[in-house]
Amino acid sequence: MRNYFPLLLMFVVVAATVGAIIVLSAVLGPKRRGKVKDSPFECGFQPFQLPTDRFFVRFYLIAMLFILFDIEVVFLFPWAVVFKALGWAGFWSIFIFIFVLGAGYVYAWRKGAFQWE
Amino acid sequence: MDGSLALEIPQIFPEIALSVFGIAILLLDTFLPKSKRHAATGIALAAIALTAVFTLGLVGEDGTFFSGMIVVDGFSIFLRITFLVVGALTVLASSSYATRENLAVGEFQALVLFAIVGMNLMAASNELIMIFLGLETLSIASYILLGIKRSDAKSNEAALKYFLLGSFSSAFMLYGIALAYGATRTTNLEAIGREIAAGSAGMTLIYVAVGLLFVGFGFKVAVVPFHVWTPDVYEGAPTPISAFMSVGPKAAGFAVLVRVLMVAFPAAYAKWLGLVWLSAVLTMFVGNCVALVQSNIKRMLAYSSIAHAGYILVAVATRNQEGVAALLFYTLTYALMNIGAFTIVSLVSRQGDRKTYLDDYAGLGFKQPGLAAALSIFLLSLAGIPLTAGFAGKFFIFRAALESKFVWLAIIGVLNSAISVYYYLRVIVVMYMKEAPDDWSPVAMSSSAIAVIALSVLGILQFGIFPDMLISLARSSVIGYR
Repeated sequence: MRNYFPLLLMFVVVAATVGAIIVLSAVLGPKRRGKVKDSPFECGFQPFQLPTDRFFVRFYLIAMLFILFDIEVVFLFPWAVVFKALGWAGFWSIFIFIFVLGAGYVYAWRKGAFQWE
Repeated sequence: MDGSLALEIPQIFPEIALSVFGIAILLLDTFLPKSKRHAATGIALAAIALTAVFTLGLVGEDGTFFSGMIVVDGFSIFLRITFLVVGALTVLASSSYATRENLAVGEFQALVLFAIVGMNLMAASNELIMIFLGLETLSIASYILLGIKRSDAKSNEAALKYFLLGSFSSAFMLYGIALAYGATRTTNLEAIGREIAAGSAGMTLIYVAVGLLFVGFGFKVAVVPFHVWTPDVYEGAPTPISAFMSVGPKAAGFAVLVRVLMVAFPAAYAKWLGLVWLSAVLTMFVGNCVALVQSNIKRMLAYSSIAHAGYILVAVATRNQEGVAALLFYTLTYALMNIGAFTIVSLVSRQGDRKTYLDDYAGLGFKQPGLAAALSIFLLSLAGIPLTAGFAGKFFIFRAALESKFVWLAIIGVLNSAISVYYYLRVIVVMYMKEAPDDWSPVAMSSSAIAVIALSVLGILQFGIFPDMLISLARSSVIGYR
């Protein structure tokens, strides 16, 4: 345990120094507030709407479809790497998988999920 | 393809057939003109019939397949048939409902088929991971079905509530699975049982795992104290889906509970018996006592379904073959009476599911005697009056409890049956002893709804007056069941 004493000492010294600097600058530092100084600087734009606003549900649909077909690729890559080792069993399994996804794609397309209007 | 794997595929033909037909309905629905979309109902019924043929072809099989993931035995085949009956009745009942409420028939029927796939997989899983997969297949289909009335606030509330609590309970279950795996290094139910019997598993972890799994399944089958979602969800859901939710997922949940407790954790019997015992007593009392004061008939049936889950838990507590046979008998007959009752409720509630209060049934016995008589039979059967299947089911469960020396559970069960008579009879009293309101509008019937009601009444009387056939079938299904 004794080996760790310097480490503890460092924690205490750091905490004390940082605390002292913050307190001192808050107490002693001059405060001249102004409109320009209070505006966000180098932190992006002035927010022009609240983040709790409602937004179009179609964004959600597009995001969901994107994830669905994105995951498809996640499964295809490992299969492609070991394509020869898996042989026909792997081929037919992936074929069925793609077929089911394809059916989902046709369904989404016929339902007009890809149309923005 | 790997030869041995290909040979095992017939064991899951029922699930494959249902999935293929479900996808076909979805695709067809988008290509057909709107006037022809009701064809989905016929296709779904054909799919269920074909699946029934495949399932019956498996009778006599007994073994595990796909590296021990799927088990095909009498128990799972009996349950698969139960789910097909539930599915067929739901498809029939919802076809006229979907037309009346202007819902998408194709999606509706396809989702019912996918839900049956999930329940089938649950009944046939021999693996904690497979159980979870089946459960999620069922749950995702039911989330959508509950919220399929998109413009209805209550339907949305039901879907969201079930979704949030369902995912929450899934998390509990997964944690239980993780702990069971941590203690035994396997997720295979039989292997877990062997590891525990060999004494190589840490029992503290096992007890915690059993507790967490019980929480997960308890949510799905709605036993106290995990029942709070039930009334809101059943009330807000489209009525045929309330019927489906109160019998299908419940039966599947109990199937999994029985298999997990009896195959994987028989060594922890002394511990889980306490859980099941306490939960059974609480479930019966809370379900029945709260149902007494309900004025909305859908909420009343929801609490009644909680109470029935309590009776089924009594069968689980017995842990013997007689109890499991009684459970199989009960879930099938309970499905008939509850779907029948909910179908009539959905007819009486008229368009928009508005008239679901007890007073809306005033005078139904004189205005539409056939409908009132059928509802009376369903309610009497739910109450457990002799000559109905409900009586036979309760008789088998309580007898199994007495044989296993659970005298108190049997006594509490009978007492609760007596309590329940009050709220079931109250509906009958309102139907036959109150005058119909002046602005009475006749209840619109449809041939598919009549078919559901007639089939359910026939089944209830058949299995109520001659229960021998079904119970001996159930008994032979659980022979050799550990």
